[in-house]
Amino acid sequence: MESKEEAVTESADHSMMMNDDGAVDTEQYLTFIMADEEYGVDILSVQEIRGWETATPIPNAPTHVKGVINLRGTIVPIVDLRQRFGIASTDYGPLTVVIVLKVEKDHKERVMGIVVDAVSDVYSLSAGMMKDAPDLGEKVSTRFLKGLATIDKKMVILLDINELLSNDEIPEMSPTEAA
Amino acid sequence: MSIDLSQFHQVFFEESFEGLDAMESNLLELECETVDSEVINTIFRAAHSIKGGSGTFGFTEIAEFTHILETLLDEIREGSRNLTVDMVDLFLQSVDCLREMMQQIQDGTEVEKDTPKELAQAFEKYLNSENSENNVSDSSGTRVGDASSTVGSEAEARTEAGDTNGAGVVVAPGGRRWEIKFRPNVDMLRTGNEPARMFRELDSLGHYHCKVDTSQLSKFSALEPESSFLAWNISLSGDVSREQIEEVFEWVADDCELLIEEIQSEEAGIVAVDESKVDELKIDELKIDERKVESNESKVAEIGATEARSAETNVTDAAESDDPDTKQEAIKAKKESGKAKENSSIRVGTEKIDSLVNLVGELVITQSMLSQIGEDFTVEDLSRLKEGLGQLEHNTRDLQESVLRIRMLPINFTFSRFPRLIRDLSRQLDKKVELKIIGEETELDKTVMEKIGDPIVHLVRNSMDHGLESPEVRLAAGKDETGLLTLSAYHQGGNIVIQVKDDGAGLNKERILQKAVENGLVGEKETLSAEQINDLVFRPGFSTASEITDVSGRGVGMDVVRRNIQELNGTVEVVSEEGKGCVFTIRLPLTLAILDGQLIRVGDCTYILPLVSIIESLQVEPELVSHVAGGCEVLSLRDEYIPIVNLWDTFKVEPDSKSIEDSILIVLESENHKVGLVVDELMAQQQVVIKSMETNYERVGGVSGATILGDGRVSLILDIVGIVKMAGTQASERGKVLDFPSKHKAA
Repeated sequence: MESKEEAVTESADHSMMMNDDGAVDTEQYLTFIMADEEYGVDILSVQEIRGWETATPIPNAPTHVKGVINLRGTIVPIVDLRQRFGIASTDYGPLTVVIVLKVEKDHKERVMGIVVDAVSDVYSLSAGMMKDAPDLGEKVSTRFLKGLATIDKKMVILLDINELLSNDEIPEMSPTEAA
Repeated sequence: MSIDLSQFHQVFFEESFEGLDAMESNLLELECETVDSEVINTIFRAAHSIKGGSGTFGFTEIAEFTHILETLLDEIREGSRNLTVDMVDLFLQSVDCLREMMQQIQDGTEVEKDTPKELAQAFEKYLNSENSENNVSDSSGTRVGDASSTVGSEAEARTEAGDTNGAGVVVAPGGRRWEIKFRPNVDMLRTGNEPARMFRELDSLGHYHCKVDTSQLSKFSALEPESSFLAWNISLSGDVSREQIEEVFEWVADDCELLIEEIQSEEAGIVAVDESKVDELKIDELKIDERKVESNESKVAEIGATEARSAETNVTDAAESDDPDTKQEAIKAKKESGKAKENSSIRVGTEKIDSLVNLVGELVITQSMLSQIGEDFTVEDLSRLKEGLGQLEHNTRDLQESVLRIRMLPINFTFSRFPRLIRDLSRQLDKKVELKIIGEETELDKTVMEKIGDPIVHLVRNSMDHGLESPEVRLAAGKDETGLLTLSAYHQGGNIVIQVKDDGAGLNKERILQKAVENGLVGEKETLSAEQINDLVFRPGFSTASEITDVSGRGVGMDVVRRNIQELNGTVEVVSEEGKGCVFTIRLPLTLAILDGQLIRVGDCTYILPLVSIIESLQVEPELVSHVAGGCEVLSLRDEYIPIVNLWDTFKVEPDSKSIEDSILIVLESENHKVGLVVDELMAQQQVVIKSMETNYERVGGVSGATILGDGRVSLILDIVGIVKMAGTQASERGKVLDFPSKHKAA
């Protein structure tokens, strides 16, 4: 909540966005909705968007890793972003969307899918429109937040894809969690 | 010429590396005192091709160096010089040196100049020394020229070596006269050899006069343009050695009648002058040698001081030293720097390609048959359709097998480097060792082969260092003085088994145990089986070498060996008998790409087990299952007790039934132990293509990979060793954590 207020105070930037549209150093972001919040990821890292299909579960994997799917012959892991962020997960329906992302890790490109509620929009943002994520205290890790931006008086949370998914490397497999 | 030669570089490198390998293995055969001319010829041919190729591509350093090497080889071939063990050593060193130079060129790095220069000097020494002793009387400018180039500047040595026309041969005036009778066979022209070119080269050697002998020329009507009917009598005068003339005719030697005769002329005065010169030169030469020896000694001392392990091992120093380990490190370092240029390829036998072409042909026929059936399909055609599909399946499988066979190479590619290694090591360690290689034709996937080389080298080194004893110790123990080291490879099921066996002292159990206790790997009061003790040598942090014996102090971990092998889904184990030797057995999957799998089901999940690891599957009578302390279940099967692993428990999936009598138990073999895996259902058997989980995710415990089933779903391939380990740790955790009672009871 704290973060939202801070973002609102920065809404003066809103007018700037209009001028900057199409300028040299804008970046495009694909946004999606999750638990009523809008999140954005760099559009260049998005490989494709597809509907949810049942994944093959990986034994003893952390709960947010839903399993692996066959994406035209490659094995791609699927992460539930809700669970990754500690938000209660919802049932998957025909409208559940998987965004397939390319993640750069140690100069090696990896492909991963994230489960989100719905895809929203594509925005062009200039660097000036992005605000650093405020320190949210210990409870929320800002590690995978690239920044916050305000678009049409709404806050969009920009995610750092590489941080977000590669942190799966950290084993979270204490027996209680895995069970 | 506007052809871009660089496109052929890769082929040249491959051929040259093969040539070097051939030289090496033949050189090793040469060791016995009797010189087999065929072997020498093979070595010579290999060297000559390398020289020719490198000349063509402008790799002058290699061409120059090979030329010197070839000169000495040529003299040995002609029998004008006796082969000594030292020479073989020198040749072997130069093979190494060439290999390195080649690697450097391939990597695009600077070619190192010192080693070749030193070796070249050593060669020159041979070339001169004996000649000046034996052949002074018939000496001519050639010899003096050679000697002078040794003493003289490097630049001079280069011109001599690089220029096939022998630019260094200018010291003595006058010259020799040669009569050459050259009669090509009728079909020589068809081999692409052009006499005019040879004559041009002769012309460049000295004063040259040529007469054509047309006696064999047939009538114009019977004349075939592709046949050769002419013969030539050539007279040549100048400072030309027999070798130089022979070299001109090198490529056609088998296709013609060739007679080279020297016409003697009086040269007494010149010889006298030369003799004195030669003496002078010899003195100079000796001085150089002394200096060289000194510098070598200091180098050896340096290396001894720094030791192989030191991080800042000077690459140049290492490459010059005789220590294979440092050398390898150096090469590795270089390789890493130039890795970007590496471009792997594979040589495939034509018969493999032919079979592929045949199979594809059959596939096309089947396909056209099927499409014909499909064009106006009626129910009556159903049987034909089924037949066609059956054929298609057959074709596809055959095709798959042949494609996989392309990647298979005989393990000889790896084994062939060992005779050399053994030879060097046995000298270095002063031990007598005989190497026996069995099953070198066993085929293995190329990727597996590339990765298994280093671990085997390591095991062999280990056996040489610590396994085999010195001749005295062996004699004292009542064994043959010469130790026997056996490398063998054979297929077993879907695996290839590679064994490194020695008849040395075996592992010293007490010392291993003592060391393990010291290092805290084993508790002081633990009792371990012999097998477990042997297994300790593979544990990280347990460096065998420097502690157990003090022979070399190179304690590079066996754990690395095990890890490398495990990365290939293989296993390694050791069986040792004290006083009689030990055997390291490596088991590897034949290929990393395809697996014969058994599909199994637990609850909603389908998994795949490697078919080769399944011994049997059965339904279990509950009476035969007993609970050992700690909650582990064992099955009494015939005379054995087999631990049971519940897959649903290990993988935390909901099974159809948790009671064992409703499930199926599959008896599996893992690392020489049997284990029973409880699953809900056995499904089909099929070949699956292995896909890595690590590409996009990470290594998953108990899973060796994934595959895609016929319906497009992903299925995980089980790693039995991993599952057994997981089940073990889970059970022991449960034993410790008491606030987990519900789970425990469920098991």
